[in-house]
Amino acid sequence: MPGTVKVGQRELVAPGDLIAEGDFKILSPSTIYKVGRKYYSAVVGLVQYDESNNTLKIIPLEGYYYPQPEDIVVGVIRSVGLTSWEVDIRAPFPGILYASDFLGRPINPAREELTDYLDVGDVIVAKIEVFDRTRDPLLSTKGKGLGKVTKGAIVEINPAKVPRVIGKKGSMQSTLENETGCKLVVGRNGRIVIDCPNRDLKDILVLAIRKIEREAHIPGLTDRIKEFIAKEKVRRGLIGGRS
Amino acid sequence: MGGAKGEKPKLILENGLRHDGRRPDELRPIKMQVGVLKNANGSAYVEFGKTRVIAAVYGPREAQPKHIAIPYRAVLRCRYHMAPFSTDDRKSPAPTRREIELSKVIREALEPVVLTEMFPRAAIDVFIEVISADGGTRTTSLTAASLALADAGIPMKDLVAAVAVGKVDGVLVLDIDQVEDNFGEADMPVAAAPALGEITLLQLNGVLTREEFEEALDLALKGIEQIYRMQKETLKKKYLEVEVEV
Repeated sequence: MPGTVKVGQRELVAPGDLIAEGDFKILSPSTIYKVGRKYYSAVVGLVQYDESNNTLKIIPLEGYYYPQPEDIVVGVIRSVGLTSWEVDIRAPFPGILYASDFLGRPINPAREELTDYLDVGDVIVAKIEVFDRTRDPLLSTKGKGLGKVTKGAIVEINPAKVPRVIGKKGSMQSTLENETGCKLVVGRNGRIVIDCPNRDLKDILVLAIRKIEREAHIPGLTDRIKEFIAKEKVRRGLIGGRS
Repeated sequence: MGGAKGEKPKLILENGLRHDGRRPDELRPIKMQVGVLKNANGSAYVEFGKTRVIAAVYGPREAQPKHIAIPYRAVLRCRYHMAPFSTDDRKSPAPTRREIELSKVIREALEPVVLTEMFPRAAIDVFIEVISADGGTRTTSLTAASLALADAGIPMKDLVAAVAVGKVDGVLVLDIDQVEDNFGEADMPVAAAPALGEITLLQLNGVLTREEFEEALDLALKGIEQIYRMQKETLKKKYLEVEVEV
């Protein structure tokens, strides 16, 4: 065997905790660091390892958003330039959205104002097109479901909990959508656009998202959320049943 | 803070205990909590006896003003501040020379553990507010700041824990308080990252012999080990305490 794991599966670790010794493949490079042949945790998180193919991973429980190409993010326009918008994407960098990308045609700044299309405070769903350490992330709104958001509400959560809200292969998101009848756009940066048929369902959905955020590290989440939504519906008289 | 006022009290009693009843190698009662502030990305409250500190971490976020950004790593900014009501005599809220220097010293004690290379051009802000001062505020602040950084999810090689060792009435004592600092012969704050095996802060005010210094460092590292364990428990407790409610 190429190495030994020093902690249990799904064990809670803190920065500086020794996780393993030997040769492993790190699946989460930003949460594990290696000194010699020893692997240490860099964050508060849950350890996942697979001894059959020697992989190590730590799922962080607290976090920030760090852009990655192909991420879908929900951004708020922060400032308007002559040919581009600067977008707040809750990252350490501003997102740049070019007008030619958003409008799909070249623009003449002498003849039209960008505020006619998107103004400060407007919300967009965008994809990170290009990003690396040297330059600010470049956004694109070309694609299905991308572009300006015209209705709905925004829920902000900790970016580290986004994978829980989406679930395995989108299972949690479809549970939420099916049980409440709302539409969700989950941005990788921890902003969620929700569009609900009525106020009660919206409140239930927000409470359910908060519950996911709070209990993300405890197994059996999807079932608990299903039960929670059903109970809330009964409590609000949306469906009949034993209360 | 405050300097020596009045008569020097007896710091080591006849039974070998200290003026507050502690053994020479005993820490003050410690309390720690993370996630105390809602609007910060990470926060912590730490109490060593009557020294109480709150630390808040914001970031990684955009470096403002832009010219302070470093192309290959994040800037770590640190502000150590004592609240006007934290001391016996009101302290002016304006940053003093001492506070500016301590901010720098604390920042330099944290920089070796924070993986700043992961956030080029960004900034990580650490705000430390001393709510109540009774000696050992820099070590308490450092302990709180490293907890707050971990609570913010910022990748770190290790946590930093800190404690001061002093020499009072000729005896080396751990975790000195205000009275012991004012009337003692030496004060030596030490901060270390135990898993990394690095000392990140070492200051000495007063006079120690070579042998005393080595003994004092050993004593400090033993104290740090205890504080470090508490820090880890505190970070994990936040999650272990979450109750499943259905």
